[in-house]
Amino acid sequence: MGLPSHLRSLESEGVYILREVVAEFKNPVMLYSIGKDSSVMLHLAMKAFYPAKPPFPLLHVDTTWKFREMIAFRDETATRLGMDLIVHINEDGLARGVSPFTYGSSAYTQVMKTEGLRQALDKYKFDAAFGGARRDEERSRAKERIFSHRTIAHAWDPKNQRPELWRAFNTRIRPGESMRVFPLSNWTERDVWDYVAAENIPVVPLYFARSRPVVRRDGALIMVDDARLPLHPGEVAEMRRIRFRTLGCYPLSGAIESEADTLEAIIEEMRLSSTSEREGRLIDFDETASMERKKREGYF
Amino acid sequence: MSAENQDASVETEPSRPTLRLLTCGSVDDGKSTLVGRLLYERKLIFDDQLAALEKDSKKHGAVGEEIDFALLVDGLEAEREQGITIDVAYRYFSTAARAFIVADSPGHEQYTRNMATGASNADLAILLVDARKGLLTQTRRHATIASLLGIRHAVLAINKMDLIDYSQATFDQIVADFTLAASELHFASIAAIPISARYGDNVISLSDKMPWYSGPHLLAYLETVDVENAVADQAMRFPVQWVNRLQQDFRGYAGMLVSGRVTVGDEIVVAGSGRTSRVEHIVAMDGDSISAAAFDSVMLTLADEIDISRGDVLCHPKQRPDVADQFAAHIIWMSDEKLLPGRSYFMKINGRCLTGSVTEIKYKLDVDNNAHIATKTLSLNEIGFCNIALGSSIAVESYDANRAMGGFILIDRFTNTTAGAGLIAFPLRRAKNIYLQEQLVSKAARSHIKHQQPAVLWFTGLSGAGKSTIANLVEMKLLQRHAHTTMLDGDNIRHGLNKDLGFIDVDRVENIRRIGEVAKLMVDAGLIVLCAFISPFRAERQMARSLVEEGEFIEIFLDTPLEVCISRDPKGLYKKALAGEIKNFTGVDQTYELPTSPELHIRFMNETPEEVADRIIKELETRNVIHV
Repeated sequence: MGLPSHLRSLESEGVYILREVVAEFKNPVMLYSIGKDSSVMLHLAMKAFYPAKPPFPLLHVDTTWKFREMIAFRDETATRLGMDLIVHINEDGLARGVSPFTYGSSAYTQVMKTEGLRQALDKYKFDAAFGGARRDEERSRAKERIFSHRTIAHAWDPKNQRPELWRAFNTRIRPGESMRVFPLSNWTERDVWDYVAAENIPVVPLYFARSRPVVRRDGALIMVDDARLPLHPGEVAEMRRIRFRTLGCYPLSGAIESEADTLEAIIEEMRLSSTSEREGRLIDFDETASMERKKREGYF
Repeated sequence: MSAENQDASVETEPSRPTLRLLTCGSVDDGKSTLVGRLLYERKLIFDDQLAALEKDSKKHGAVGEEIDFALLVDGLEAEREQGITIDVAYRYFSTAARAFIVADSPGHEQYTRNMATGASNADLAILLVDARKGLLTQTRRHATIASLLGIRHAVLAINKMDLIDYSQATFDQIVADFTLAASELHFASIAAIPISARYGDNVISLSDKMPWYSGPHLLAYLETVDVENAVADQAMRFPVQWVNRLQQDFRGYAGMLVSGRVTVGDEIVVAGSGRTSRVEHIVAMDGDSISAAAFDSVMLTLADEIDISRGDVLCHPKQRPDVADQFAAHIIWMSDEKLLPGRSYFMKINGRCLTGSVTEIKYKLDVDNNAHIATKTLSLNEIGFCNIALGSSIAVESYDANRAMGGFILIDRFTNTTAGAGLIAFPLRRAKNIYLQEQLVSKAARSHIKHQQPAVLWFTGLSGAGKSTIANLVEMKLLQRHAHTTMLDGDNIRHGLNKDLGFIDVDRVENIRRIGEVAKLMVDAGLIVLCAFISPFRAERQMARSLVEEGEFIEIFLDTPLEVCISRDPKGLYKKALAGEIKNFTGVDQTYELPTSPELHIRFMNETPEEVADRIIKELETRNVIHV
């Protein structure tokens, strides 16, 4: 069966963007963050270059605090698809003992994600990096180009973006500069799930409701994924039927109580939801403009 | 909001293709407010976003204690602080009838380039007008840009009706004004709707305040308007985006079909080369297809191995586009640095990136009255009608006939910024009638009998840097060694060949272009050509370099500090320039762009001109221009 027309045109656009990067850049990489958006982006890449494999590696910037199921899914996916996977950890941050508990979510993200990403991009000299970000996620993303220029220092200048017309993407950069490229720019959360369902794309099981151990902190349900989560005095993990709308570092990802254990149920639940998917992301709440600030510094 | 509030109609899949729409109008007409209102009324603002919005409204909001919807779409910090929209924002919503992509574009004059950006991918434009102010320059400008960029359907949303007591007379007057203004534009349909974005009147439901209005509310109109263009029925165009040779024995041509339809077995021809073949497979991971339609990204294999590379356009043999290296086009200028005729830019069109330049600006467009104004340059936000010449030929179609084939961008060769957007009007035939004369005697033969390699010695630097002095000494030394030379000097050329040119930027570009061409002819004659010109712009030095072969252009940068040049002032020019008697004087009120990688960088030191000339002769020996 064919895809609905709006998914078909989103898929076609995504494939076009992926191919444009391979045609124009010397050393691209795909930032693979293991979530549903990355799953869709990787699926598009498998289609774009078929019968060949995508001619670039996957890069995962591992903060060491991802859910165990995410890491297992990551490794299984790379093996299943025969993709090269580069895992980069900010060893310096690790040596300094940077964790979500010692530094607070903002500084921790800066060191383990933003700095880690910059280290990896510098180390391998990638000139283009695909990211799975969508414009409907957050309002500073709503203004970002599909081909988004970065300086040698990986900085984004939101006030000085290149006009982007038709599909005539300006891919020219100077040595040392790079491009972040977002093939899913025009997708919504709903489109992603509809496409996952239509194309039967594997996603991390954490998206589906199951009974899992959680504690409630500042109104958020935090899953006790391993023994590293320091329990407060008197705090006891309890089993609740939960799932995640977005996945990140487990101490910073808020779960929702849910019965949705199938794709159809997830899509149905999302239709009725009154909160955005990013509500579960604790790093966005530092202040309203925090995403734009992080992005200017080189965060994806 | 709760589940009960949800419109039951959103439960089903959108059945119509996505409508891509653009909101535009003058600053403060309420574009962002309208988009915010649409999202809010469609329950697409979530509770946590609403909480953040309430917080922001108190901090930056312009409507007191009410929620300021503009803040929802003004995503950048600078925008919220200044209360203006700087950049195009993309928003998404859907109803039972349709999915929508909204480009919310800025009304502030300096950001007009972003409006063109939003328009380039839109099917329909919502033009907002403040009912109190009527049509403004910006509204007309945006209507003109929308029409020029191929948008054929417009909604004239006359906003802030609440502030004029919902007056029908005012509404009718604005509609009449717009109808007149739009008569020269190319809209196929215009729907005028009176609204109040702030209070939601006629936005997603009919207002009881305007019983005199009998049309649909805005959302109902957007759900039903038919913008289907006939792209699928047009001639087939397949610009090759990428050639897949990653696997042995497989050669696939990847790209997006931009118009028409292609079917396995179709005869195809490469527009540029005229080579033909037949479509063998349309390869896909889920199984091969029999045919593909406009806007599908596909991978084709052909029956024959023919030479095809990125940027080539495949089409059906009986429906070929023109192939040309010169054409006329509208250009919307988007850079702070002016468009200069003769300057070389990169042009990107359908996967090809080639060098080209504007040979002539026929006029610029006054968007208020569609008048044509003579001009030598284009500034930021200006629209000009120009002739363009490229380094090689491409398949050319008018933008009106085929957006994807006729739209291109111009890229600044040094900053890499997108400097302009172009819309092809028609190819120019003149290139076809000028054939390069085949010559029996070659450049190599001419230089061989002179026992030298031809070269251009390009002396650049400020006035008074010593260009002419050094160049003269070098030529004398070359003559003593029986080398065959000639000298092109700034002042002398300006007394003859270029006496019609002044010193403004446009003329400086043309000056260097002519000199570059003359130098090229002299190099063809086998000569060593000494050129001594301030040549302040990198782009033109690059252009002169690109006219001759690799290794023939030797850029000699005389890096003498401005203070030294001023103290020398051999012609008394700095004195006049500093006194304001001469305008556009390099180093005083016009910039000198430093060479980035000259073959010879002569830094000002305690060397005599004689010693500098000897260094240059040594360099020419090293480069085998002359023999030791």
